[in-house]
Amino acid sequence: MLDLIVKKNEALNNQYSLLILTSSEKLPAMLPGQFAEVRVDNSPTTFLRRPISINYVDYEANELWLLVQIVGDGTRKLSELKVDDICNLVFPLGNSFTLPENKDAKILLVGGGVGIAPLLFWGSYLKERGYSCNFVLGGRSKDNLLQLCEFERFGNVFTTTEDGSHGERGFVTQHSHLKGSNFDYIYTCGPTPMMKAVAAYALQTKANCEVSLENTMACGIGACLCCVTDTTEGHLCVCTEGPVFNITKLKWQI
Amino acid sequence: MANLNINIGKLQLKNPVMTASGTFGYGPEFSDFLDLSRIGGIFVKGTTLRERQGNPYPRMAETASGMLNAVGLQNKGTEYFINHIYPNVKDINTNILVNLSGSTIEDYVEAAEMLNELEKVPGIELNISCPNVKEGGMAFGTSCLSASQVVSAVRRVYKKELMVKLSPNVTDISEIALAVEAEGADSVSLINTLLGMAIDSEKRKPILSTVTGGLSGPAVKPIALRMVWQVAKAVKIPVVGLGGIMNAADAIEFMLAGASAIQIGTANFIDPTVSVKVVDGINDYLDRHGYKSVTEIIGALEV
Repeated sequence: MLDLIVKKNEALNNQYSLLILTSSEKLPAMLPGQFAEVRVDNSPTTFLRRPISINYVDYEANELWLLVQIVGDGTRKLSELKVDDICNLVFPLGNSFTLPENKDAKILLVGGGVGIAPLLFWGSYLKERGYSCNFVLGGRSKDNLLQLCEFERFGNVFTTTEDGSHGERGFVTQHSHLKGSNFDYIYTCGPTPMMKAVAAYALQTKANCEVSLENTMACGIGACLCCVTDTTEGHLCVCTEGPVFNITKLKWQI
Repeated sequence: MANLNINIGKLQLKNPVMTASGTFGYGPEFSDFLDLSRIGGIFVKGTTLRERQGNPYPRMAETASGMLNAVGLQNKGTEYFINHIYPNVKDINTNILVNLSGSTIEDYVEAAEMLNELEKVPGIELNISCPNVKEGGMAFGTSCLSASQVVSAVRRVYKKELMVKLSPNVTDISEIALAVEAEGADSVSLINTLLGMAIDSEKRKPILSTVTGGLSGPAVKPIALRMVWQVAKAVKIPVVGLGGIMNAADAIEFMLAGASAIQIGTANFIDPTVSVKVVDGINDYLDRHGYKSVTEIIGALEV
C-alpha cells in the first residue's frame, strides 16, 4: 500500500481521464495485466477501493498511468484529483498476460472501451522484448476510442465503431483485419460480450487466447472471494488467480 | 504503554484486536501488508465439513457506507484445511481460530471433532449466523431451540474455546446468547451480517445472484453496538464485538459497551493494515486516559 502523488490528470473527454501518478521513491516492478486497488477519498457514496488496470508504466519517468472511466461518484472523484494530490494504491495485484514462446508469433490485441487500458502496457512490453503485435480497438463511437497515438507507438492500430464515426463500422470481431488472418496469440479486454465474441473467433481459428476479466471486487487480494469466475477448477478469484485467464479455463458458453 | 493482554474464556490474547472470518483469508494473504504476530487473533475463512463452491457470481454489491456479500461459504472443507492450510498457518505467532459452519448438526459435530485435534488451533467460532446459505447457517442461529441443540452437540466433542457467532437477524439477540451460554458456550461473538438486498433499477434485476445478502461495514455499526451492549448485560461469558469497526475509536466504543475483544472485518478490504493501526490506537487511548490495562475499559460505559 503506497501513497502516490498525482503528476498529471488529463480529461481525455467527458467520460475518461488519464491519471498519471508518481512517487518520491522508485515505483515497484509491474507486469501487464496487473491492476491497482485505488482508494477514493471524499466520496461519501464510495466505500470500497476501485480496481483499475495498469494502463502504462514509464519506469524512466517513474510514472504509473491509470485510465479512468467515469462511471459513478468514485471514479468522478478520481478524475477530479489535482496535481500533487495524494492517491493511495494497493498494487500491483493479480497475474499478467503470458508471453508467447516464439518471437515470430502473430499476435493480436483486441480492446473495447476502457478495456483497452491494460493492452497499451502489454503492447509496450511486447515491443520492448522484440515481439510485434497489431491492435484492433473498438468503441461505440469515436469518443470511446482512446490513446490511439499511444497505441501506434507499439504496433499497427485498426479501429471499429458501432456508428462508423472512426475506422470500420461494426464490432471488433467484424474488422477486415481478422478475415483470412491466422493469429497465434490473441489477448483481449473489454465488455464481456465482446470478449466472448473474440474468444469464439480464437477457438475457430485455433489461436491461443487470454482474456482479462473485470468482475466487481472488494478486497483485491483473495480474501473476500467476491469476484470469482467459474472455471474448470471451480470458482476462482479474478483478483488473485486472474484477472487474466486462458479461455480454455473459463466455463464460458461460446 | 498499557497492558493489552486479555483472556476470552480459555483464550489468551496479546491484545483485543482480531480479524473477522471471511475478511482476512487464512492470514498469509495479508502478510505482505502487516506483521500478523501483532494482532490478537485471526478467524479464518468460514469452513464446512465438506467442500463448498459457494454462490454464483455476482456475490457483492457496494452500498452506502458498506457492502452486501453473498459468498456462500466457499471453502475446500475441513479435511483440506487440516492437511493443506493448517500446516502453513499454525506457526503464525497469534491465535488461529476456525470459523465453523454446517448444514446439519452432524456436520458441525464431525468437523468440530477433527478440529479439536489441531494443537495450534485454540478455539473455534461456531457460525450459526451465515445468511447466505440455503440450509443450516443462519437457520440454527435464529431460534433458541436450534441454537441450543447445535451448541450442546458441539460442546460434547469440542474441548477448547467454543465461541458462538450470533445472527443479528432475530427479534431478541439476548435470548439466543443466553440459550447458547446455557449449553456451555465459552463466549459469543456478534454481529454477523444483516440480511439485505440491492437492486439494479435499469435492469429491473437484483444485483446479487442470490437476491439477498449480508450487509457489513460502518452502515451496521450502530446496530452492532446496541446488540453488544444488550448481550453483554445479559450473559456472564465474554462477548466479542464486531460490525463496522473501521478504526480504534470504533473498537473502543464496542469495548465500552461491554465487549472483551473485537473483530475487524470489512475494513480490511479498504485498508489491509487497519488491524495493527487499531492495536496502536487502543494503546494510545489507554495511555491518554491513564488506564494501565485494557480490561479497565470493558463495559466502562457511563449510562
